[in-house]
Amino acid sequence: MTGATLMPPVRPAAPILAAFARRRLIAFAVPLAILAYLVYAAISFDLAGLAQRARMDNAAILFSDFWQHKTHVTRDNRDGALTVAVEGEAKGTYPQGRLPDYVTVAGDTTSIDLGDGHLVTYFPGGARYAVPDYGTIEIRQTSGGLVLTAPQPRPDWINASDSRVSVTTPAGRFAYTRSKVETFRYSPGWPLFFFTLDSPFAYMTWPELAASALWGERVDPERPNIAAMAHDFWTNAMWRHGDVAWAMFETVLMAFLGTMGAAILSLPLAFVAASNMNPVGPLRFALRRIFDFIRGVDALIWTIVLARAFGPGPMTGSLAILLTDTGSFGKLFSEALENIDEKQVEGVRSTGANRLQRARFGVIPQVTPVLLSQVLYFLESNTRGATVIGAIVGGGIGLLLTQAIQTQKDWEDVAYYMVLIVLTVIAMDSLSGWLRRKLIKGV
Amino acid sequence: MADTAFGPHPDRGVRQVETAYLDLVRRRRMYGGILLIVFVAMMAAGFDLAQSRNAGRVIDGLPMVLSFPSEVISEAWDKRGNIPALLAEHLPSLIETVNIAAVSTLLGGLAAMVLALLSTRGLARWPRLTPVFRRLMDATRAIPEIVIALMLIYILGGGPVPAVAAIALHTAGALGKLFSEVAENADLKPVEGLTSVGAGWGQKMWLGIIPQVAPNWLSYGLMRFEINVRASAILGFVGSGGIGYDLKIAMQWGQGRYDQVVAIFLLLFATIVAIDRLSDHARARLVKGRNA
Repeated sequence: MTGATLMPPVRPAAPILAAFARRRLIAFAVPLAILAYLVYAAISFDLAGLAQRARMDNAAILFSDFWQHKTHVTRDNRDGALTVAVEGEAKGTYPQGRLPDYVTVAGDTTSIDLGDGHLVTYFPGGARYAVPDYGTIEIRQTSGGLVLTAPQPRPDWINASDSRVSVTTPAGRFAYTRSKVETFRYSPGWPLFFFTLDSPFAYMTWPELAASALWGERVDPERPNIAAMAHDFWTNAMWRHGDVAWAMFETVLMAFLGTMGAAILSLPLAFVAASNMNPVGPLRFALRRIFDFIRGVDALIWTIVLARAFGPGPMTGSLAILLTDTGSFGKLFSEALENIDEKQVEGVRSTGANRLQRARFGVIPQVTPVLLSQVLYFLESNTRGATVIGAIVGGGIGLLLTQAIQTQKDWEDVAYYMVLIVLTVIAMDSLSGWLRRKLIKGV
Repeated sequence: MADTAFGPHPDRGVRQVETAYLDLVRRRRMYGGILLIVFVAMMAAGFDLAQSRNAGRVIDGLPMVLSFPSEVISEAWDKRGNIPALLAEHLPSLIETVNIAAVSTLLGGLAAMVLALLSTRGLARWPRLTPVFRRLMDATRAIPEIVIALMLIYILGGGPVPAVAAIALHTAGALGKLFSEVAENADLKPVEGLTSVGAGWGQKMWLGIIPQVAPNWLSYGLMRFEINVRASAILGFVGSGGIGYDLKIAMQWGQGRYDQVVAIFLLLFATIVAIDRLSDHARARLVKGRNA
C-alpha cells in the first residue's frame, strides 16, 4: 500500500507523446534528408555546368524535325539547273515537270511561294526575296562578289558577306552563294511517308488514291493498283517500312523467345530448387546460388559475352534475355512452389500417385496462375528491354533507332520508331493483360 | 438395392454424367495438346527464324561462349596485382551509377505519387481527368529509357543528367501504376474524417492516404531502385556516364585491358548483389512488420 504511493506518478500519456515527438522529427527529417541528397546529386552531376553545355539549337532542330520537314529548292548558279528535293535527298527529288505547286518556272525565272506573302524569285544573275512588312531583298551576282540591296536598317536575320547572303524568316530559309542559291520551305508532317516521288501514287490526293485503288485505270498493267500501292509503300526508300516492320517483329520475337524459353527452362529447375520438392539440400543450395549469380551478373554482361560468341543478331538477343530471365524465373518459381497448399498434394498422394504424378496433378494446377502471370509480366517488360538489348547486340528496332540517332539528322525516323515502339509495348501490355484475365480468372 | 450405383451396372443418369465428364476431360486434354503443339511449333519456328537472321550460328558459337570469359579471366589473373588499384579507380563511376539510379528513383517516385493519387478512383483531385493521367502513365511507361537518353544526349551532351531524366520518366509511369493499385485498396475512412474537419485535398492525401500506403509504396520503390541500378549501368554502356561507360571503353580497348573489365565487372556484381540483398531484407520488414 505504502509502496504504491511512493512510486512516481504514472503518466500514461508519456510514451504516446514521445512517439508523437519522434514521428514529428521523422516527418521533418526525411524530406530534409531527401532534399540534402538531391542537392548533393545536383552538385556531383554538375547541373550548373549543364546549362552552358546544353545545345538549345539542337533541341530546336530535333523538335521541328519531329513534326515538319523542309523542301530544298536549289539552283546551280553555274549551269542554271533547278532541283527540288525533300530534305535535299536524292530519294526525295521531284522529277522535272512534276514540281510542287508552290514552285513556278517561267523561262529562266523561278518563283517560290513560301506562304504568308513571302515570295522568292530566282532570275538569271541574281535572286529576290519579298518579305511582307519589310520590303524586297535583292541579290545580284557581279564579278566582284554578291551585291545586296535591302531596305535600311538591315535587320539581324539577314546575314551578308561578299560570298554569302542568308536570310532566315519564320516562313523559311534562303541562302545565296556564288555556286548556288537555295531556299528551304517548311511544311508540316513527315515527308513522303506513304510513297516516294518515283511512285505515281505520290502525286495523288486521298480521294484520288481511293478512286484509283477501287476502279482507276491500272498504273502498272501487271497488277491491280491496290497491290502496286502496297508494294510502293512497303519498299518506300525514304522510310523503309518493310525493313522497319521486320525490325519491330524481330524485337518482339526476341522478347517472346527469350521469355518463353526461360520459363520452360526454369520450371523444372525451380522444382529442384524448392525446399518442399527436393530433399537434397546441397543441390538446392547450389542451384539457388546459380540463380543468384545469373541475376547478379546482369543482362548487360550476359549480352556482351553472348554477342562475342554468337555475333550480332536476334538469336543472340533472345539467348541473352533467356539467360537473364532464367535467373529471375528460377527464384520466383521456386518461391511460388514453396508457398503451395500441401493439402492438394496429399490428396493426390492418397490415390497412390508417384512423385511425377503428384507434381503434375497436385502442384502444377495451383501454381499455374501465379507462374503464368509472372511470365506475361516479364514478356511485356522484355519487349521494352529487347529494344535496348537490340541496340547492344545489333538487332531489331534498337539497332535502327541507335543508327538513326547517331546520324543526328533523321529525327523524323526517330520519332517514327518511337511511335512504333510505344504502340507495340502498349499492344503487348494489353495483350498480356487480356491473356492474364482470360487464362487465370476465366478457367 | 441401394448399392446398385456402385455395382457393375450403374443406372443411366450416372452413366450419362460419367460420359459427359470423360468427354469434357478428353476435350480439355485435346485443346491443351493442340495448344501445346502450336506453342512448340511457334517456339521452334521462332528460334529458326532468329537463327537465320543472326550473324553467327549458335552451334558454332557454343564453344566460344566460355572462351571469351576465360580469356578475360586468365589475363586478369596474370595481372591480379593491378585489380585493387583499378577497383579504387572505378569506384567514382560506380558511385555515379548508383547516384543516377537513386536520384531517378526519387524523382520518378515523387512524380509517381502525384500521378497515382490523381488517377485513382475515389481519391482523384479532378475525377474527370483520371483517364488522362492514366494514359499519361501508360505512355511514359512504354517509352524505352534508351530513346529518351539518346535524344537528351544530343541536346545536353553526355553525362548523368540524360540518364536520370530517362530513367525517372520511365519510373514515374511504372511506379505510378503500382502505386495507384495500392491506393485503390486504401481505407477511405480517414479521408472522410479529414473532410469533416475541412481539410484540403493535399492534406487529405498527406494525412489520410500516405500513412496507409507508405509501407507498400516504399517496398515498390526499393524494388524499382534495384531495377534502376541495372538500367543505369546499361544506359552508361549505350551512351551516358557511370560504370557502364567505363566498361564500354575498357571493352573497346580489348586485349591488354581485361584486368579493367574484370575490376568493373566485380564492382558491378558486388553492388547489384548487395543492393538486391539489402532491399529484399528491407522489403520483408516493411511489408511483414518490424520483426520479420
